[in-house]
This record gives sequence, C-alpha cells and structure tokens, in this order.
Amino acid sequence: MEHLHDDKIKLLELRANDIRQTIIEMLIAAGSGHTAGPLGMADIFTALYFHSLRHDPKNPDWEDRDRLILSNGHICPVLYASMAHAGYFSVEECKTLRKFGSRLQGHPHREWLPGLETSSGPLGSGLSQGVGMALADRMDRGRHSDRFHYVLLGDGELDCGQIWEAAMLAGKEKLHNLIGIVDRNNIQIDGFTEDIMPLEPLKDKWESFGWHVQEIDGHDFEAIVRAINEAKAYFAKPSLIIAHTIPGKGVDFTERRFEWHGNPPGKGPEDVVKKADQGTAALNELRTLRGLIKSEHE
Amino acid sequence: MTPVPINPKFFDADVEQQPIRKGFGEGLLEAGERDHRIVALCADLTESTTVHHFARKFPERFVQVGIGEQSMASVASGLAAMGKIPFFTSYAMFSPGRNWEQIRTTICYNHVNAKVIGSHAGISVGPDGGTHQAIEDMGIMRMVPRMVVIAPCDALEAKKATLAAAAYDGPVYIRLAREATPIVTAPETPFAIGKAECYFAPKEGLAATVGIVATGSLVHNALKAVKELESEGIGAKVINMATVKPLDRDTLLALANECGAIVTVEEHQRKGGLGGAVAEYLATVRPTPIEFIGVDDQFGQSGTPNELVEHYGMGVSHIKDAARRAHARRG
Repeated sequence: MEHLHDDKIKLLELRANDIRQTIIEMLIAAGSGHTAGPLGMADIFTALYFHSLRHDPKNPDWEDRDRLILSNGHICPVLYASMAHAGYFSVEECKTLRKFGSRLQGHPHREWLPGLETSSGPLGSGLSQGVGMALADRMDRGRHSDRFHYVLLGDGELDCGQIWEAAMLAGKEKLHNLIGIVDRNNIQIDGFTEDIMPLEPLKDKWESFGWHVQEIDGHDFEAIVRAINEAKAYFAKPSLIIAHTIPGKGVDFTERRFEWHGNPPGKGPEDVVKKADQGTAALNELRTLRGLIKSEHE
Repeated sequence: MTPVPINPKFFDADVEQQPIRKGFGEGLLEAGERDHRIVALCADLTESTTVHHFARKFPERFVQVGIGEQSMASVASGLAAMGKIPFFTSYAMFSPGRNWEQIRTTICYNHVNAKVIGSHAGISVGPDGGTHQAIEDMGIMRMVPRMVVIAPCDALEAKKATLAAAAYDGPVYIRLAREATPIVTAPETPFAIGKAECYFAPKEGLAATVGIVATGSLVHNALKAVKELESEGIGAKVINMATVKPLDRDTLLALANECGAIVTVEEHQRKGGLGGAVAEYLATVRPTPIEFIGVDDQFGQSGTPNELVEHYGMGVSHIKDAARRAHARRG
C-alpha cells in the first residue's frame, strides 16, 4: 500500500472537503435525508476509498476486491459521494439521490448500483453479513486470505441484539479478515446515545466478545490509516475500530447536534441559521474551507 | 389431468412412515456432495433439523451460529454474496418466524441465493405446545417478493425439494414437519418447483366434482378422505400443491374448470397460506366455491399430533365434510 506522506494527507483532507460539499448538494436536491452521520464519516470514507481499500471503480465486480459493507444504510450520502468521487459514477448523478427511478435509493439497494456490496437500512444486520462474507472468504482462501471485509456501523445501531449475535460469532471464529468501524458520534435520532441506551464501556464490551479493539480520532487521517493497518496486521481476532467522530463535522452549525441526524439543510434547527439559508451557508463554509479562502463569487 | 404414480402401498394399513425433515437431511448431504458451494448453518438444533448429517461430512462448510436466528439469516446472506449456496436451519417458529425482516431485506430484497429451512412446522409438533407450532410461516414467506415456498408432503418429496432448491438460483423456503408421516410418494413421483401434480382421480365412470388442493403434511389425509368419499359416490381429485409459491396456476385452473368446486388443505392458518393463494388466483380468473381446511385464526396447544389435527378441524372427516359442502355449492 502507498505510504501516507504529508502531501497525501493534504490531498485526502481536500478530497474529504469535496465529498462533504457533494453530500450537502445532494441533500439539498433531495429535500430529505440524513446530514450529521454522512458529514461525520466523510474522513473515514475518504481514507477508505482513496487510500486503504483495495478496489477498482472501473471493475466493481473484481474478485480480489475488499468488501465494504455499510450497515447503517441511512448515512449512504457519504457512501454515494465517496463512490462518485472515486469514479464509480458521475458526481452529477449524486443529485438524483432519493428521486424516483434513481440508482441512489434513499437507503442503498445493491441490485441497482454496481459497487454496492449489500442493501441496508434496517439497522443491525450489516455485521452479520460481513461475518458471512469473511467466513466464505476463509473457506475459499484459508486463514491467510488478504481480502478484507470492512463493516461500517453506527453507534446507535449497537442497541440491536443482532449486532452482538454477530460479534459473538466473529469472535468465536477468530475472523482476522473482518474489520468493524463504529462511527462513535454519540447521537441517535432521539438524543444522545448514553441517554437513549448507554453503550459504555464500549471498548470493554467488544474486547470481552473476542475482538481486537482500537479507539481513534475519526477525523485524523494518520490515525485512521494506522488503525486500519494495525487491524489488517492483527491475525488472531477480528478487529474493531471505534472512531470518535463529530456528527455534522465540517459545518459549524451542524456539528454536535442530534437534531441534524435525520434532517437535510433547509429542515434543520434554526436557532443558528435560518432554514432558508442553511444550504447556502453550509456550502459557503465548505467552499471557503471555513473562511480560509475567499469564494470566487465574493 | 391424469394421476402420477405414487406409493402403491399408501392405502395399506401398514404404510411406512418417516419424519418429513429426514428427507431434508438426506437431500442436503447429496446436494453437498454434488456441489462444493453448498454450505449449511444451524442455530443450536443440529439433530432436530437433521442438518447434522451434512455437518459431520463437511465440517468446514458448516457454521454453528448458536441461538441467533436473526444473525444466522444475514450471515447466510453474506455467504451467498460470496458465491456460496447457504441452507440455514432451525424450527420454523424461529426461522422464518423470528428473523422475517432479515430474510426480507438481506436475502430477498438483496437478491441473494440463500435457502430457509424451517423444521417442526405446523401444529403436529404436538406436546411442545402453541409457542412452538408455526402455523403462520407460509403466509409470512409467501408475502415476500422473490421467495419460493415449498411444503413437501413426505420425506421422499422433501429430499427432492431440497435438491431442487439447491439447483434453483434464488431464495427458497422449505417447511418441514417433525412427526413421522406416511410415505405418500414413490421414488418415481415427479417433483419440480412450481409444478403441482395430480395424486388421485376417481375410478372410471365417476366424474370428479370436487378438486382437493393439498400441501405438506396433510396430503395424506386428503388422499384418505377422497378414497372414502368415492365409496359414497362423490368423485374427487387430489392435487399436491407442493410449491405454494409460485402457484401452479395452469393446473389449478384446469382443476377448477373440471370439478367446479375446490377444497384447500394445509396445516397452517386458513388465512394467508395455500388457501389464500388459491382463492386470490381463482377469484380473478374463475370464481369457484372454495372450502378451507386449516387452523381458524387460533393458536395451538399441547397434545398428540393426531389429537391436535382433529381438534383444529384438519382430520379426514373434516376434509370429507368440506368436500361435501363444496360439492353442494357447485354452480
């Protein structure tokens, strides 16, 4: 794998910013959808699609590819935006999100869009699917297989019992080729995760299920890539990366606010920015890198 | 529509009996020998579901998931996404009972090739009682797009159905009964997914004025009923609708046209299963008087299989009564 030098980190940061802009643009066009999760996971998805993942956008069915399974399907705007910027389809198509006839369904539909590994939306089933894929991989290629199966999970969906059924099975089977990444942004629809259903001590829970667990800052590219590399090197157990992220990351008025979980710009809380201005304000902030550079229109 | 050969000893008092689920275990073992892509999963009921034959022969292709039916369905989805052909097994009450949404989303909507095997289906589970008697399973599976639903009538047919499911590219649900059931079919009795077969026609000179459409573990009762009706002068045909979805519409329509009255027979709720499927179709193309044999919107209870079949109105005498009523309602 390519070394992560300083210039590459800068490129990844700019790429993540582009992806965040696309996320906002597609949500504005759709008029519905989730904002906080996609923005918060933009750095992880950028690191995966533009550095760590073995994949080929021109050959989505490539046998040797790594598998990326999005379990919390509702954050699909970040998946679609990352895939588009990686070259699976045009960035322009992102604006068809949630529209009739679009390949970009409100929650991912594998059958309609090449490059998707599964359909998801109902929470809690992605890890089981990743376990199934990793098991099949081990049956075919043995314990030394270097195909990896990344399952992206929300923290809210860890409320689901099925997650822990799958976690037990992965621990029992010692699936080295399975890497879970939890978006630990501390929010879910009804509020903060620790108020709705406490998850802590989360690291201890996963370790007790037989997983190798790392905790990282989910916005630090060096940390993200280092954690993935360690997960791939760890042979004896499945790996979990708890990525601490800021929901709504990248746009000041959406950060850390659970009210932005399920609302697009234009429909969010307006104590800071009025509904009518939310889309433009978010895009301006991203386009100017938070005021670092002047917009061309100014 | 002429009858296909069935077990020539079926009407003998000492007809051989075997649990229907046994045929699944044999079929899966044979399918596994033929095709290395076949894998099996179980949720802590390996011997009950008879998947243990496969597990012993192919331990590297067997996954014991523990008592986690929801995860099992999605693990099967993941295996299928990688090119395996997973059969996942439990009691019908738990799979597809407990994991319906996982089957819908991660298998059918996701369009992968996985097979749901629900053993101990129907009230004939007996003493375990109402909690364990799956009598809604065909309804909830039939409702899901792409799902094929098969209810074999004996162990021989269960084996054929398992081999056919292995060769079929797409989701299939096979429901199996626990108890020893008379061997209705013969090795040469044809079986194909989506094809109903005629198992009984009245003797020469007696017109068929009732068509019995039966599935699964009650096909044998339907056959006994028509044999007795024949001696009363009522001619009836019996169709084994082993595949409840997709329904064999051509055979059903031909039966309705010939007989003019239908009785459906299933060890399931009257609503939503075979009876529902038959009524839905005939109502649109050929409205026909139909009588329904099945459980009438109730839960089961403990008892012997025979006691329960009689109590819930699915015995030979009930089928005969229904046939008389249907006969009387002919236009």
